[in-house]
Amino acid sequence: MDREVFDKGILVIGGGISGLTTALEAAETGYRVILIEKEAFLGGRVARLNKYYTKLCPPSCGLEINFKRIKRNPNLQYFTQAEVESVSGEEGNYNVAIKVNPRYVNDNCTACGECEKVCVTEIENDFNLGMDKTKAAYIPYQLAFPLKYVLAPEIIGTDEAKRCLEACKYNAIDLEMQPETINVKVGSIVVTTGWKPYDAVKIDNLGFGKYENVITNVMMERLAAPNGPTNGKILRPSDGKEVKNVIFAQCAGSRDENHLPYCSAVCCLASLKQATYVREQDQESKVTIFYIDVRAIGRYEDFYTKVQSDENVSLIKGKVAKVEEDPVTKDPIVEVEDTMSGEKIRAKADLVVLATGIVPNMSDNKIPVDITCDDFGFTVSDPSKTGIYAAGCAKRPIGVAGAVQDATGAALKAIQSTLRR
Amino acid sequence: MDKKIGVYICSGCEIGESLDIEALAGLASSEYKVPVCKNHPMLCGEEGSSLIRADIEKEGVTTVVIAACSPREKTDVFSYDPTAISMERINLREHVVWCHPPNDEDTQMLAEDYMRMGIARAQKMAPLEPFSEEIDKTVLVVGGGITGITSALDAARAGKDVVLVEKGAELGGWMAKLWKQYPKTPPYLELQETGIDSKIKEVKSNTKIKIYTGANIEKTEGAPGLFDVTISYDGKSETVRVGAIVEATGWQPYDAKKLGHLGFGKSPDVVTNIMIEEMAKKGKFVRPSDGKEAKSVAFIQCAGSRDSNHLPYCSTYCCLTSLKQAAYIREQDSDTKVYILYKDMRTPAQFELFYKKVQEDAGIFLTKGEVVGVSEDSDKSLIIDVDNTLLGDSIQIKADMVVLATGMVPSAGIQVKDLPLEEPEGTTDEKKKEEEVPKDFIIPSDILNLKYRQGPELPSLKYGFPDSHYICFPYETRRTGIYAAGCVRQPMDGAACTDDAAGAVLKAIQCVELTAQGKAVHPRAGDMSYPELYLSRCTQCKRCTEECPFGMYNEDEKGNPLPNPTRCRRCGICMGSCPERIISFKDYSVDIIGSMVKAIDVPEEDEEKPRVVAFLCENDAYPSLDIVGRKRMTYSPYVRVIPLRCLGNVNLVWIADALSSGIDGVILIGCKHGDDYQCHYIKGSELASIRMGKIKETLDRLRLESDRVRILELSIDEYAQLPGIFDDFMETIDKVGPNPYKDM
Repeated sequence: MDREVFDKGILVIGGGISGLTTALEAAETGYRVILIEKEAFLGGRVARLNKYYTKLCPPSCGLEINFKRIKRNPNLQYFTQAEVESVSGEEGNYNVAIKVNPRYVNDNCTACGECEKVCVTEIENDFNLGMDKTKAAYIPYQLAFPLKYVLAPEIIGTDEAKRCLEACKYNAIDLEMQPETINVKVGSIVVTTGWKPYDAVKIDNLGFGKYENVITNVMMERLAAPNGPTNGKILRPSDGKEVKNVIFAQCAGSRDENHLPYCSAVCCLASLKQATYVREQDQESKVTIFYIDVRAIGRYEDFYTKVQSDENVSLIKGKVAKVEEDPVTKDPIVEVEDTMSGEKIRAKADLVVLATGIVPNMSDNKIPVDITCDDFGFTVSDPSKTGIYAAGCAKRPIGVAGAVQDATGAALKAIQSTLRR
Repeated sequence: MDKKIGVYICSGCEIGESLDIEALAGLASSEYKVPVCKNHPMLCGEEGSSLIRADIEKEGVTTVVIAACSPREKTDVFSYDPTAISMERINLREHVVWCHPPNDEDTQMLAEDYMRMGIARAQKMAPLEPFSEEIDKTVLVVGGGITGITSALDAARAGKDVVLVEKGAELGGWMAKLWKQYPKTPPYLELQETGIDSKIKEVKSNTKIKIYTGANIEKTEGAPGLFDVTISYDGKSETVRVGAIVEATGWQPYDAKKLGHLGFGKSPDVVTNIMIEEMAKKGKFVRPSDGKEAKSVAFIQCAGSRDSNHLPYCSTYCCLTSLKQAAYIREQDSDTKVYILYKDMRTPAQFELFYKKVQEDAGIFLTKGEVVGVSEDSDKSLIIDVDNTLLGDSIQIKADMVVLATGMVPSAGIQVKDLPLEEPEGTTDEKKKEEEVPKDFIIPSDILNLKYRQGPELPSLKYGFPDSHYICFPYETRRTGIYAAGCVRQPMDGAACTDDAAGAVLKAIQCVELTAQGKAVHPRAGDMSYPELYLSRCTQCKRCTEECPFGMYNEDEKGNPLPNPTRCRRCGICMGSCPERIISFKDYSVDIIGSMVKAIDVPEEDEEKPRVVAFLCENDAYPSLDIVGRKRMTYSPYVRVIPLRCLGNVNLVWIADALSSGIDGVILIGCKHGDDYQCHYIKGSELASIRMGKIKETLDRLRLESDRVRILELSIDEYAQLPGIFDDFMETIDKVGPNPYKDM
């Protein structure tokens, strides 16, 4: 690393929407910030969303603004493919070792694409949640920031990697790149490590992993996104047919003692939003949402009212008990009891979307930072402990607007810590 | 320093293979007499960038024109001090060689036009001179409830002086009226103390915080860094200077008197959730009618909330509050039965665990249902009729006391002053319809009493909440330097208020810090340009004062605009609004963009090479077009793109300039407007579309067809549509035929 690393500033761990916000808000206030992200690009989970509820605007629009803010701000330094190795010290004076994994591409990269042209190996496309493939020399997605190629470790050491190296006119490929440890001193730390979807395979009765046409809500976002594996057409996995009839199963794992006892807070609105994707694609399409309670808090109620008024969208109170499959058509069949009427419903659909919940990344991937977590892995604010803070979904299940609000406040806490010592 | 332009052309990334670089360089030096013009195969590399730096240092180059990749790329390499060096970037990669055939006449002409446009712009740009004024960094916090107290403490802890103004005699607000809070920390099962008393103590003893209680804000004048706030208290009046403001004035419970259908006012035993807190503090839940202990209590949720006749929104805190109050009652007397009648039980995140615990209490009975009426029985107990319950279509519940879970009304949504919004003088309905400049909805709620030409309070987003409309930017404000926090911004509970306070304080501090350096705040944070007005040519048309989404301009008695640069967000919408073209930034003006338009070389009609100017929003449509290039999609080479800060910058004169110079059509592509607007400057794209609605006049004057001008909305992710949009417009232009002004 030939650039000088900031001293005494703020370290933000996680470059999703919360981390980006904390880092930028602190940097724009005049404080030096180091932002680290484990993936090769900034934006995290929101970059993988098609639209935000309830405005139905694309996340890439706000990300573009945030990336522009980064480009303009000399107070912010970021590292991708980076993770925290160790933290020692106390408020005002932390020593942090950051491990940066090799991208095999340096800052010379112009994103010209010559390496991709000679690359033949395909790897699972992580950005699209493995729903399609990408070349092993790749840009994670169209609006990725930083806009630099990545060489997948899979081809390192092969002739193909050498061909990529030879194709590059700008000396941007470095096949000898090694993991590197950077030691930084910071005054405070903000943990914005975010979340991952609950593993739907664990919800045995709902058929995910067994039946092709049972997908999760995060997969639905990719299917509906113009830069997704189907270019924005919602097609069912088994036969690529456009979907006409979609069932959403709410609280798939959430509010369930056997899985996640808490409510994931975003899934009701996410399904209402995804219902509009389906309805927009085809005027004749039908959507059914099976729910326990529809939790559209605050002014989000307006959106619920709007979606509810669509006569092709039915909302039925009842938790899906079981999903089966018609072996011939591969249509999933849902079994559910309508709580209001007591009636047993068996409904067939082209596609079933499981509204899976939010699991904090800290639940099983603890970063070496002294911060208290609850039983689920969400961080707990402890006013007596200052210097290390958390924001966004690391702290609790929360939607994007709430996460950004929280992350802005976390920037202030982090600033206060750098001032105290 | 004398202006000296240096043009640097990169021949990397297929530019050199696709274009005649010598011709481009020749154009710069012969047509534009540019003194320094160089090319390099990798301008963004160490060698290339040093070349430019050396010219700045040794050759006295003051204006750098970089013809290479998109201005969105390699920003770290091509970065110069804007107070010394002007920079213009020409996008030869994404917008020329990556989306048009190589070594083609039309591709070369496109690149040459972009060179002309870029140099024309560079010729008129000047280094920025940030304004400097002695500013104050004190934070004013309005409202002394949980949000206000937390804001004051948080600002003080960040080293700022604070002025805290509370209307009531005491600090603490609603939080001080609560008996307990519902569980906020693991294991999320036990009720908690509010902790407000210790916070009040802390705020009172903090020497950085000056507190005014029983105080009102008479008026707020000025702008960020320079606000003069007149506070009246104890019959006195005092003016303090502050830098930024946090509006934390909280909420009022929805007026239960309007809920007669739920029995309020008819029976004294129908009470509100606020009254239950009072009872809890006294330690007894008794019927107001006869002072007897209530042995059965029914809670009616959404009393007023989620009801189109009352509050259409969900008030967020009432479900958990009723669960908490049910727990109060059951704790006090385990024989008392509690009923909770809800529409949906909304206990998000870990609050679900407390809900679960309450559910397990056999003495608390919860059901979904629609309450159709509350009436008194002969024995004075209350009968609640509920439809569509989990137990059947229609049930009756008998209770000693009914509690209405009333919702939150934002204090900013309550009209206190009888000040109907001023209608523009003498406008007939017809004229109004024609000039539909979207007006801010401002409720005279007697909070800040801003002396702003645009109205006395923060504009309301919806239902009286002065909230941001942006998911990504929840603290975006339409009055720079003033940030709403807590329940005035949106319905929320006490814990959320505490977090929200920190966020709003951060924004307030950020605003004063940036303002002190003469820099803009979000979304153009750090921009040191600001609009300068050539007032002697002003015709007092008032468009700039009316159209600025951020209330930047006040007005003198003659109607001249009085700019407040520290309120300015540098969007440039006023520039587009001004018919006299007197509003300019040093690096961005009607003249600068107009010069770019006029720099386009328009071929003679018989060459059959039409020309179209495309004005693109730089945040959405422009990056979209970069992706089109990256994906190597192709579109008409006759289109010349000019990025704008916002589509609201488009001044009608640019269109007139374009069409009168023989350009065949103009297309404007900006962000979505309407209720779910995506324009980053609130109403820029909407204003553009209103102005384009009036373009007919200009076109008629020029005797041109209205099809020559088109305005479209595009989201950043809709890039795949762009080639089609351009090609379709070119087809229309083909049909309309060449612009008759070509040969003039």
